Amino acid sequence: MSRLGPPVAAALALTAPLWLANPYYVHILIMAGIFAILALSLNLLLGYTGQLSLGHAAFFGIGAYTSALLTLRLGWSFWLGLPAGVGLAAAAGWAIGRLALKLRGAYFVLVTISFAGVIALVAQNWMDLTNGPLGLPGVPAPELGPWSLRTKGAYYELVLAAAALAWLVCRRLVRSRIGRALVALRENEPLAESVGVDATHYLVLAAVVSAALAGLAGVLYAHYTRFVSPEVFLFTYTVTMVIMVVAGGKGTLAGPLVGALLFTALPEALRETVSWQWQMLAYGLILVLLVFFLPRGIVPTLAAWRHARRP
Amino acid sequence: MLAVRDLAVHFGGVAALGGVSFEVRPGAITALIGPNGAGKTTAFNAITGYLRPTRGQVLYGGAPLTGLRPSEIARRGVVRTFQKTSVFPALTVADNVLTGLHLRGRAGLWSVLAGRAAVREEEARLEREAADIIAFVGLGHRRGEVAGALPYGEQRLVELAVALAARPALLLLDEPAAGMTGAEKETVSGLIRKIREQGVTVLLVEHDMRLVMGISDTVIVLNHGVVIAEGPPAAIQSHPDVVRAYLGTARAGT
Amino acid sequence: MEALLQHLVNGLVLGGIYALLGIGLTLIFGLMNVVNFAHGEFYTLGAYATFAALALGGVPFLVALGAAIAGGVLAGALTERVLLRPLRGESIDTVMLVMIGLWIAMQNGELLAWGGVAKSIPHPFPTAPLVLGPLSVAPLRLFVLGAALALIAGAHLLIQRTRLGRAMRATFQDPDTAALMGVRIHHVRTATFALGSGLAAAAGALLGPIFLVYPSMGDLASLKAFSVVILGGLGNIWGATLGGVILGVAEELGAGYVSSGYRDAVGFVIIILVLLFRPSGLFARAERIG
Repeated sequence: MSRLGPPVAAALALTAPLWLANPYYVHILIMAGIFAILALSLNLLLGYTGQLSLGHAAFFGIGAYTSALLTLRLGWSFWLGLPAGVGLAAAAGWAIGRLALKLRGAYFVLVTISFAGVIALVAQNWMDLTNGPLGLPGVPAPELGPWSLRTKGAYYELVLAAAALAWLVCRRLVRSRIGRALVALRENEPLAESVGVDATHYLVLAAVVSAALAGLAGVLYAHYTRFVSPEVFLFTYTVTMVIMVVAGGKGTLAGPLVGALLFTALPEALRETVSWQWQMLAYGLILVLLVFFLPRGIVPTLAAWRHARRP
Repeated sequence: MLAVRDLAVHFGGVAALGGVSFEVRPGAITALIGPNGAGKTTAFNAITGYLRPTRGQVLYGGAPLTGLRPSEIARRGVVRTFQKTSVFPALTVADNVLTGLHLRGRAGLWSVLAGRAAVREEEARLEREAADIIAFVGLGHRRGEVAGALPYGEQRLVELAVALAARPALLLLDEPAAGMTGAEKETVSGLIRKIREQGVTVLLVEHDMRLVMGISDTVIVLNHGVVIAEGPPAAIQSHPDVVRAYLGTARAGT
Repeated sequence: MEALLQHLVNGLVLGGIYALLGIGLTLIFGLMNVVNFAHGEFYTLGAYATFAALALGGVPFLVALGAAIAGGVLAGALTERVLLRPLRGESIDTVMLVMIGLWIAMQNGELLAWGGVAKSIPHPFPTAPLVLGPLSVAPLRLFVLGAALALIAGAHLLIQRTRLGRAMRATFQDPDTAALMGVRIHHVRTATFALGSGLAAAAGALLGPIFLVYPSMGDLASLKAFSVVILGGLGNIWGATLGGVILGVAEELGAGYVSSGYRDAVGFVIIILVLLFRPSGLFARAERIG
């Protein structure tokens, strides 16, 4: 079972648009994939370095706006807009990391919130560039050689590939000496420094990779909804990321994926019966309840159960 | 090897360390002793970059360490342990030591992301090195256990293993035997001797006089932030100033 | 010159409110080590409570203000008792997650209760501005400034002159010693959170009639409160008072002379700059209450 599991899951994931008759389900999977990338991105900071960023919507938005503007205004291909969006988000992550990662905990959180606030205000007020609150409609769908990735099925495969890549990046990173350095800084920073772990270097590195992944999610979002507005900076996105990571299990590789699937599918399933406000109210309560009753998250708790049941 | 010149640390207006000078000879075990509050840990913190000295210099192999970050100082071969038990509590013993081996690895971001074979080989090498170090401190049977759950004495050994993993040329031990039982202290002093035999210079702060006098080549006595005596253990034990300032108070205290 | 004076007066009114918000937050942050992301929600609560008391209860304006403050105090005490007390001793990050959860839950609770449409609070003051030489000030604004000043003075007196205030200062200095001296830390913490929330509710009740009341108004209030606290230094009440005035005036000047679209950027920029270059606040000698 455990050896067959991954290939079967991969095959199921790859063929999902074929056996999911309803395109609406494919839409949910696409959004889950985009959020999975965001959750993986946030988890790299919150889960592994222990620093909570509440400014991740800014990197998401920077990715989305960069690629949207380059493809719309300069006629660039999606395949150039994508690395540009990722790169600019990474650069912003570097700058914020350099500046803010001499701070820790609450102070770091406040700087990241403020950074996202400033970026959102710029997007709203710099009419010439961003068209302000009206947003940028008509962001082109990507093309791959002769094929357009306009259909949900095709775009799903693109998002799946990106999410798989993001997961692989995180996995390789956290299972290397770099990942050990990040965890060491979370666990005991003075001790980590005493054996030669340069705190600033590794925290900035984590911020850059994390921002790049959030930028990647932003690019994918822009070319999927084909519309970008200052709404991409909504705090809701950041909160959703935090919930996904905390619920799934921070500091694990599977946690963000589980959290992303759960918290994309669940609200959609409840959409008919429950309004958006109730959903956000529930998010808030869930976050509180998680801290009290499931502080480690779903994946580590399940793992502990399985471990305990095995003799 | 290590030369401390007129090192002073002031907190507010209070001098925790008031201009201390001493040298550590390569290959030797040097002990820094003195009553509580004499400035020993402050000196350690200033030497290893955790505190910025108010004045004075720390020279290591002739080059100044002052102003460098702790991680840079570790990179130059000067590694310290902490007075309070300091491990990575949620990690296994093996992962603790692997983390200590940080500087022994080379893999950078791109080769890690590319999943190069060289990275896997390096990981395998580091794991072997970690196993050797764990065996060296005698924790082979604890390798897979979570460090934070080990008994106190063994946590101190994990801490020692983590510091050794950084391959120090000069190892600074801050009260390595504090709170240990007699048998555990024997183990630690045996380990310190073995560490020295491997060519590592040791500077230690310790309260246990038997341990200090048993293993040190040179003893430096601090009182009220200044050096009051320096010499081989036998000379220190009979030094009148030391007896008055230090051993006297220690006896009175116990 | 006249425009400048006008901006200064408006800035002072805003500044008084920001100071109230900041004092509440800095007390909670400094004494309880709680990063209260829900602070702005108590501000919102105060505004809606005033609206409810006036529009639905039909009580006099001052009674409505009092009711709003009492509501904030009660809600604060309840929050401390139910959510924060069990988490004492947990890491500051854990508590922060809970406060983020509370923030979202409270905000969307308000949204469900009152709907998303902004409401305006009726008030008994004449709308014609008082003209004082080159200045014209709405009587409501004068009242708000006066009330804010009175509340600030009250908070200072409470902390400096009363037994509770002494217990709070002792707890801030050193909780363990304070406990040994017979201070009941649990009560002090509950009182601190209640006081902080009451001040936030007062700020909302006072500013609500000047602007509009809507469910997400607390987000900006939290932001301003954090800027004020950071400007003044953690746990520093005088710092928060001064910080509030500085932020209020800086915003009015920024909106008047730079661009009104970036008014709220002032707070963000203050947070970023102060944290990066002067993390202990502008007026910090030592971190302390009082």
